[in-house]
Amino acid sequence: MQKDVPMLVGKVETRTELGRLLFKRTKRRRLKEGAIHGILLLCGLVSVLTTISIVIFLFTETMGFFQEVPIIEFLTGTRWTPLFTPKHFGILPLVGGTLLVIAGASLVALPIGLASATYLSEYAPDGVRRLLKPLLEILAGIPTVVYGYFALTFVTPLLRRYLFPDMSVFNALSASLVIGTMILPMVASLSEDAMMSVPQSLREAAYALGATRFEVTTRVVLPAALSGISASFILAISRAIGEAMIVSMAAGATPKLTINPLESIQALTAYIVQVSGGDTPRGTLEYQSIFAVGTTLFVMTLIMNTLGQLVVRYRERY
Amino acid sequence: MPMHTDGAILETRNLNIWYRNFQALRDITMKIERHKVTALIGPSGCGKSTLLRSFNRMNDLIPYARAEGQVLFHGQDLYARETNPTEIRYRIGMVFQKPNPFPKSLYDNAAFGPRINGYQGNLDQLVERSLRRAALWDEVKDRLHKSALTLSGGQQQRLCIARALAVEPEIILMDEPCSALDPTATLKIEDLIWELKKRYTIIIVTHNMQQAARVSDYTAFLMMTEEGTGELVEYGPTDHIFTRPKDKRTEDYITGRFG
Repeated sequence: MQKDVPMLVGKVETRTELGRLLFKRTKRRRLKEGAIHGILLLCGLVSVLTTISIVIFLFTETMGFFQEVPIIEFLTGTRWTPLFTPKHFGILPLVGGTLLVIAGASLVALPIGLASATYLSEYAPDGVRRLLKPLLEILAGIPTVVYGYFALTFVTPLLRRYLFPDMSVFNALSASLVIGTMILPMVASLSEDAMMSVPQSLREAAYALGATRFEVTTRVVLPAALSGISASFILAISRAIGEAMIVSMAAGATPKLTINPLESIQALTAYIVQVSGGDTPRGTLEYQSIFAVGTTLFVMTLIMNTLGQLVVRYRERY
Repeated sequence: MPMHTDGAILETRNLNIWYRNFQALRDITMKIERHKVTALIGPSGCGKSTLLRSFNRMNDLIPYARAEGQVLFHGQDLYARETNPTEIRYRIGMVFQKPNPFPKSLYDNAAFGPRINGYQGNLDQLVERSLRRAALWDEVKDRLHKSALTLSGGQQQRLCIARALAVEPEIILMDEPCSALDPTATLKIEDLIWELKKRYTIIIVTHNMQQAARVSDYTAFLMMTEEGTGELVEYGPTDHIFTRPKDKRTEDYITGRFG
């Protein structure tokens, strides 16, 4: 031990020198790091500030609208006739139209999406999965206006010819079916991610207890991936709520409180498209009403997204 | 092989296993004694885990894995076309290297096997009995409905053993069950193995030679050829293998000259 002491001292001296060198460099490096930090922060702020200003803009315009129309009437009224006299501003027909379309779309997208995800994650051979997954994601990249066209000029005529001859040209059903198709890849892809992230060791544990593949899927993988799957459902529904093109083109412009999908309805987004694209003069009450409708939409998707976040966090607690 | 044929519960005959074109095991012929502990030892990559997984056809889950030869369980070939792998796994249970409890309650973990196999009796009793046999009951009886993930690693592994016991298997395969555990937890599992062999036949893969010497009645030493294909070098009563191995390679391995 005694012999080692002088050597140790020598080492310490070299180290301080080295430290000084390092410190010099750190100063320059720190400046650079600071600059990078600042630039990235600015980029991050762009989206945050945009969101905040949109919300402020939306809310102030909405406030203006509610000075003319009582908020109770807006929330509980069952007639929406802003473009005719007598004007009625009851949001329920529009909300009902959106919900009708969402319900139909969910009936298509959630079961089929989950089944596709299950196939891809648990049943498909590796090669098939590698081929199908990108295809599925391409489907998610089709512009919604194309989907709208598809609903109006293909699905509706098909339904009218073979199933519902009395159905109106503009109807909730074909919009539902096509929106369901549109969000299906999202459900399938996100659910598949959730299922694939279930550790293989859990599957092996179940197989080793004599479980069949179906039992492994339904009793181990699906429960373990439940929060991710729910999140994919919620995100997909949220996307469908905000979808504007398909409902504008195929579901019609008739605000109507109905549960019959064969009728023409109007969704929240479709109303905004109609008014902002038409010749309604700015500053009028009709014009302002689109902000109130926009706020309604915003609140609906906000609730869905918050729900999605909560569901995902629930899993992390596990 | 130095076995008395009568007590054999499992027997392999010229077993060969491939992953695609790679041969993982060659010509394995051995008999496993009933109600004994048989240890499979050998250097990494010698195919001991592959051999263990061939006993309950877990290798089926690996794409492109293929077996040739026979594995006889009660005289029935596990690899015969009419054999249902699900049925085999129900009777030959398995415990894995890393504890892998389901993210469910302790109770649901232990009850998983009986439930999927349509158990008709009293599930509460079965869960209690399994947890007792896995030497876990006293530690967890007040929190059966808490998540299994709240347990320590050693407790999780004993829960996995309880889960395997709950389907009343005849054989329990253990794939390095202590490699992720601390020495205290390891000791508990080893004690448990002693206890379990009264009712069950145990086959254990281990990296730890002291462990093989401590817990097993028979030891099989495997080694790979230069192409990486595993072969059975020597197999016999554990004290023979450890005190007077016949093969030079066995001696080199157990004295720590390689591996």
